[in-house]
Amino acid sequence: MSGTNAAAAGGPAGPDRPPARGVGLLRMLPVTGKIGLVVVAGIVVVALVSLVWTPYDPLQAVPEDRLSGSTLQHPLGTDRYGRDVLSILMAGAQITLLVGCVAVAIAAVVGTPLGILAGMRRGWAEELITRGADMMLAFPALLLAIMAGAVMGASTWSAMIAIGLAAGPGFARVARAGTLRVMSSDFILAARGASQPETRIARRHVLPNIFDLVVIQASVTFALAILAEAALSFLGLGTPPPEPSWGRMLQGGQDYLAVAPHLTVWPGLAIALAVLGFNLLGDGLRDVLDPKTRGRR
Amino acid sequence: MIRAVGGRVLRFVLTLFATSVLVFAFMRILPGDPAEVVLGTGATEEALERTRAEFGLDRPLAEQYWDWVSGIPVGDFGVSFITGEDISPVVLDRLAVSLILVVSAMALALLVAVPLGTWAAVRHRRADGIAISAATQFGIAVPNFLAGMLLVAVFALGLGWLPANSWMPPAYDPVQFVLHLILPVVALAAVQAAVMTRYVRTAMLDVMGEDWMRTARAKGLSTFQALRRHGLRNAALPVLTVSGIQLTTLVIGAVVIEQVFVIPGIGSELLTAVAGRDLLTVQSVVMLLALITLTVNFTVDLLYLVLDPRTAVQR
Amino acid sequence: MTATQARSAGASRDDALVTVTGLRVDAGPDRLVHPLDLTIRAGERVGLIGESGSGKTLTALSLIGLLPDELRHGGTVALRDSSDDLLNAPERELCGLRGRRISMVFQEPMTALNPLMQVGKQVSEVLTQHRTLPNRREVRERVLGLLESVRLPDPERLLRAYPHQLSGGQRQRIMLAMAFANDPDLLICDEPTTALDVTVQRQVLDLLDEAVRSRGTSLLFVSHDLAVVARTCDRVLVMQHGRVVESGSVTDVLTAPRHDYTKQLLAASRLEPTAGGARRGAGSPPETGSGAGAGAPTGSEGPAGTERPAGAAELSEAAEPLIRVSGLHRTHRSRRRTVHALKNVDLQVRAGDRIGIVGESGSGKTTLLKILAGLDRPTSGSVSVCGVDVARASKRSMRRLREQLQTVFQDPMGSLDPRMTVREIVEEPLIGHSGARSGRERRELTARSLESVGIPASAAERYPHQFSGGQRQRISIARALVTDPDVLVADEPVSALDVSVQAQVLALLNRLVDERGLTLLMVSHDLAVVRHLCDRIVVMRHGEVVEAGPAERVYGAPEDDYTRALLEATPSLDRVLAEKPSRGGTGDRPPQP
Repeated sequence: MSGTNAAAAGGPAGPDRPPARGVGLLRMLPVTGKIGLVVVAGIVVVALVSLVWTPYDPLQAVPEDRLSGSTLQHPLGTDRYGRDVLSILMAGAQITLLVGCVAVAIAAVVGTPLGILAGMRRGWAEELITRGADMMLAFPALLLAIMAGAVMGASTWSAMIAIGLAAGPGFARVARAGTLRVMSSDFILAARGASQPETRIARRHVLPNIFDLVVIQASVTFALAILAEAALSFLGLGTPPPEPSWGRMLQGGQDYLAVAPHLTVWPGLAIALAVLGFNLLGDGLRDVLDPKTRGRR
Repeated sequence: MIRAVGGRVLRFVLTLFATSVLVFAFMRILPGDPAEVVLGTGATEEALERTRAEFGLDRPLAEQYWDWVSGIPVGDFGVSFITGEDISPVVLDRLAVSLILVVSAMALALLVAVPLGTWAAVRHRRADGIAISAATQFGIAVPNFLAGMLLVAVFALGLGWLPANSWMPPAYDPVQFVLHLILPVVALAAVQAAVMTRYVRTAMLDVMGEDWMRTARAKGLSTFQALRRHGLRNAALPVLTVSGIQLTTLVIGAVVIEQVFVIPGIGSELLTAVAGRDLLTVQSVVMLLALITLTVNFTVDLLYLVLDPRTAVQR
Repeated sequence: MTATQARSAGASRDDALVTVTGLRVDAGPDRLVHPLDLTIRAGERVGLIGESGSGKTLTALSLIGLLPDELRHGGTVALRDSSDDLLNAPERELCGLRGRRISMVFQEPMTALNPLMQVGKQVSEVLTQHRTLPNRREVRERVLGLLESVRLPDPERLLRAYPHQLSGGQRQRIMLAMAFANDPDLLICDEPTTALDVTVQRQVLDLLDEAVRSRGTSLLFVSHDLAVVARTCDRVLVMQHGRVVESGSVTDVLTAPRHDYTKQLLAASRLEPTAGGARRGAGSPPETGSGAGAGAPTGSEGPAGTERPAGAAELSEAAEPLIRVSGLHRTHRSRRRTVHALKNVDLQVRAGDRIGIVGESGSGKTTLLKILAGLDRPTSGSVSVCGVDVARASKRSMRRLREQLQTVFQDPMGSLDPRMTVREIVEEPLIGHSGARSGRERRELTARSLESVGIPASAAERYPHQFSGGQRQRISIARALVTDPDVLVADEPVSALDVSVQAQVLALLNRLVDERGLTLLMVSHDLAVVRHLCDRIVVMRHGEVVEAGPAERVYGAPEDDYTRALLEATPSLDRVLAEKPSRGGTGDRPPQP
């Protein structure tokens, strides 16, 4: 929080700002944003490590060790088949990140250009896109995924696509708002006065100026995607067994809530931590990058 | 004003129409033959034909669509391909259960969020304001089904104060009805309250930065008076919009929470239908949920006309 | 009660209403206001002059205890009969004083009123809050009286109006009515008319003057505009970088300034005509130096040349008009209503002309420029620019036209893409240019253009935020000149800049137009700025041209009533000072009853 104060006190710096990138951006992130970044980085590292090494094979059932609590051999205990919870958690990070990445990519690739289009081409294109986005709000990720599951059968892919499509309107909305603000600037008039074609204006002026907003939205959407994937897997509509998934670990844990609460606590903690990380990172980025909130906190 | 209302009604009806087409198309155009789903993959072509004819699946899509959609306004969703029973009675019964859950959760969430968010905004530089913000960060990171499971672990399994799951119709035993309702509602509302608190805080902070709040204070109003007389109503507008949208999230949240607490709501019905690949039931429940969401947002739109004198003029 | 006491004691010299001692304001480690002393006597009108960032607004806010929470303050502010230390008084006490003994009017009328509350209620609130009047009926009567006293039409109806239904001037009147509701001892005004058109500004200032004088209210008037301060106040303080650099009676400070900064401000706000009729007539170079020479250039803002190649303008007389507009209409249709932005506009511009288009908001002047620049299309009528029919031009001829006609925009922040380097910004008009150029050529042209406006080419890889407002406007000019156009169109090129910077940018424009023999079309609401640069004036109102002619004639002997009103309403420092009774005292004259 202290980081932004110094920037805000500058006073006449006004609405425009340095193109904060790379190291400069990291330094300007508020403490909470840095914590978020560390958490996110940690999950990425865990997922990468799990690709080559986990303490045990996450799929290896050892019946005699089932439902054990924390021991030296199994620091986070074992599940009902005697599989090592820590190993499953580590491997589960892969799915979490994969779902987040693919869903965010789909949403950004679908939503952002539509938002820019709606902002640049007023009239019927804008009307159609904003109405469409409003309508999509009636279909949250989970509902879309349930529909997809009903028709095609549940899979990680149907979940990712459904989550991505459901998050698209969010990107469109953010991109449109940003585009409208950019389009009202005089530098757009200047570019038009210089006979620049609309596609070049979109690429060279609009996109770079709304890029920050898209990044912020991506971070927040990532958190939503993690939550949605967990819920889907919990309902049995996401990642099918035996592939390790945090949401499904919770589903398995529900039956043993009384005797083995660690089966609920650890994956629950993992999900909450991941979501928290992405949310903190998103909020931190917003503090630094979004001209509307800059200097308020 | 009349024109503004008319425009919104027209837009609402068009959106409903588009939504119904979308839902229908999604369920029919995606790969998968409903008749095959009913009979299984081993069915003979003859049996498939018979089933198609029985459910009217051999007719043109437009006709099938019209058949389905024309029943919705009168609460008739048709007959399930799987169970062969009328869909409407079951679905509507279960919807009532879910709505009790959702509406009480939203009310509870707002009851907590409005004062807490306002407090966090007013004291946003103080320790308590920052603490509230931090708490909401953690709150929105917890999936509601996890919150539900933890509540069960503590208050049902641990302390034994409340029932762990299942549902009691209010007509049967009002006291048990309330007791059974507490944990699922709290689980839904806790996460929702965290989300709403953040929105209320942001809206309040925005309002507090407005020039007219400074004008109000220059008149001699205390910060608190200025907030109460000028701030609240202005901050209510964005919060109202968000509440409308969040209601959707809450309905979906209820689908999951019903699984945790074994409640016979619309969510359980939907998931059973998905598991049994009962396409028409899925299609109808989805349409019903979308209908609720759109209606809520339409109502919010109309409320704006009353609350914000600017909207009636501008468009 | 205290109010009447204050007023009766107003004549006494040593009886201060407000005493500010050692007031300072800090934001973290930065000192925004350096220790400042100020006394305002009863009935005295004090002006606080400064440019953006001078600390004048913070000083004003301190006096009413409304400094933003995150700023720290020190020193004391004493209000007679109420408090020895307003700065540290408990909030309760301050609430009792604000709106009753001290009132404030803010700069931006569009945002100063609650959009969801009827204005009548907003005015009456200040009465009910302090329980000034015994019952509702009297409150209503009083509000109606107040609305009438600020000359708002149909007060009965206005009671129930919402702010968005009122114009900016009307809203500022509502603010005034609110401020005077409880007959305060001190009124603080922070740039109360800066956001208003000149004719509206004049009405509001007249009202303010009258109300303050008739009630004997003390006034603290914050403004960047010397002429406005001079007409309203007895005494002034000049602030720069958070310090008071000079203070004294209006006449003393503004006729015989002692501090360099005051001298600069004065010189900058007295813009003399540079082009004028003299250029065409005698051909003798008119004086240009007054504005440019006085400004102390900051860093790279170099001094502007004053030389002018002889005979550049001679060609224009006989030549075919470069721009010919006839019967131009532009209407915007929305679902609800049709707005006539331009109605039957005729205009002819010859090569080498310097045309100034003057008008208030909504006069259509910007729409006209946009149509000329090919950024908007006419609804009907013919527009030909450099031989191209704008209404029917093909894409290619439009592009050629745009190379010959370039625009400088108002806001130096908004007209430069913050994500592009200065080089990318300046060379943009060359991209897709008819004569395709290599990257190296483009770079060379860009560097040359930048240097011609006094920006070193070595700065080309930097981003706009690294430059000051004046420098950015120079960059904007460099972009306009990079295609070597014939016509330069400038839309309020200096109105977003501080006065001292304005003069430098105007001098630069003047030099470039001369050196390159450009045809200049400038739009401005500021008559002084237009007169400074242009030799022909076009006055617009509600989308129509009401008067056009040589600058000397239009300014000297306006034919149209509106032009006359506009000229009269424009505050002129010299006129105000001439009207002021020359006296050494500092306004301790007894207030009129």
